[in-house]
Amino acid sequence: MIATIVIVAVVVLLAAYVVATYNRLVRFRNRIDNAYSQIDVQLRRRYDLIPNLVETVKGYAAHERQTLEAVTAARTAAMAAHDQGTPPEQARAENALSATLKSLFALAEQYPDLKANQNFLNLQEELTSTEDRIAYARQFYNDAVLKYNNGIQVFPGNLVAGTFRFRSREYFESEPEAQGPVTVQF
Amino acid sequence: MDLYDQIARNRRRSAALLVAFALLVALVVAAVGSLFRAGPVIVPVAVVLAVAAAWTSWWSSDRIALAASRARPADGPEFKRYHNLVEGLCIAAGLPKPRLYVVDDPAPNAFATGRNPRHAALAVTTGLLEKLNRVELEGVLAHELSHIRNHDILVSTIAVTAVGIVVLVADLALRAAWWGGMRRGRRNAGPLGLLTGAAALVLLLLAPLAARLMQFAVSRRREYLADASAVGLTRYPPGLISALEKLRDDRTVVAGASRATEQLWIESPLDRDGGSEPRRSRTWLNRAFDTHPPLEDRIAALREM
Repeated sequence: MIATIVIVAVVVLLAAYVVATYNRLVRFRNRIDNAYSQIDVQLRRRYDLIPNLVETVKGYAAHERQTLEAVTAARTAAMAAHDQGTPPEQARAENALSATLKSLFALAEQYPDLKANQNFLNLQEELTSTEDRIAYARQFYNDAVLKYNNGIQVFPGNLVAGTFRFRSREYFESEPEAQGPVTVQF
Repeated sequence: MDLYDQIARNRRRSAALLVAFALLVALVVAAVGSLFRAGPVIVPVAVVLAVAAAWTSWWSSDRIALAASRARPADGPEFKRYHNLVEGLCIAAGLPKPRLYVVDDPAPNAFATGRNPRHAALAVTTGLLEKLNRVELEGVLAHELSHIRNHDILVSTIAVTAVGIVVLVADLALRAAWWGGMRRGRRNAGPLGLLTGAAALVLLLLAPLAARLMQFAVSRRREYLADASAVGLTRYPPGLISALEKLRDDRTVVAGASRATEQLWIESPLDRDGGSEPRRSRTWLNRAFDTHPPLEDRIAALREM
């Protein structure tokens, strides 16, 4: 009699543990997907802001065509990679876009009228904060992946994860050159 | 200490604080009652008042704290950067965006308040927005968002309301006793009446002190924790370090701050030491009554990261 009660209790406890772990892992996995779509939202926001910026700069520095065209081309390439490319290709295109934007803002330093333009200042603030948000969204994504991967790899969670085929996810890694200090040339 | 331990502990503390606060209010009301010879009728009155006070501090303490600091909503294009920085940090922290307020004051300072992350508000002074650059401001905002994420805000906001109400009631009662109760007491009380009157008076005198002690249970250590979590969000310690250095070097006093709201702010908004005397030279007892750890110690802790 006592033995039966003990066995039943153990089985119930085990089942409760499996259910709780399974639900926790599902929540972690959904958070990763949500975090990924957050990155997406911010990237699109950046694509939308760039044409305005190019137009504003053109009004003051039309002869800087090379830089302006580089920004537009990088934007088009990033959008194409976003729709069809593999993750590493996307990352490369986004980093190239960030680099051309940096050179555009460095160039703006030489035009006092442009720097005083309220519209330009607003766009600069918007773009800077959008870049911040992209970085923060990636950080949040990586934190979510870390939590999820820990959850499915540590014992005894890995037994549950293995049974229900939870697979570990990849981190979002930035290109090596994006991590070094930014050099500004005058 | 783990973040989730801290959140669980803050929840327990909030509950304990509310109960302690309700008891304190009941005691004060009972003391006032015995001072004025109200008889047993005072018991239900005390209970009702205590529950009402606890209820108020749970539901509207954030509004009280914001109103007490004369904060107004941060609307308008001049606060675009403030909004943008908070939105970015909220993405990193996985928090909903809190309501944003400004306090018109040249002293650089900031605080967060609210019931939980979904009902949170953040206030900064106009001085903070003017005197700090982008990365420094981001560091301070990350510190405040960490208070929201760690559920520090409810504990401290309840403490603010509790202390405010207790101090107010005790103050009123003391004045009333001084002008009315004592005269009556002298005229027709026996020695027993005088004794309860004296006991009530002692309790009234002690109430503000007890309320202050409740406040100290709250602050200090978690400032370090919020600094650490802030750096976890921005991944850039120099921003917060240089912001804290600017706060340290700026000696302007926030006009809308009082003893009651002191522990809400990122650094003590009141005039410290009353002069140029460095903080470190003060005695241990003196420092035990501070709501914030010295900025020097916080900067040193951040430098070690």
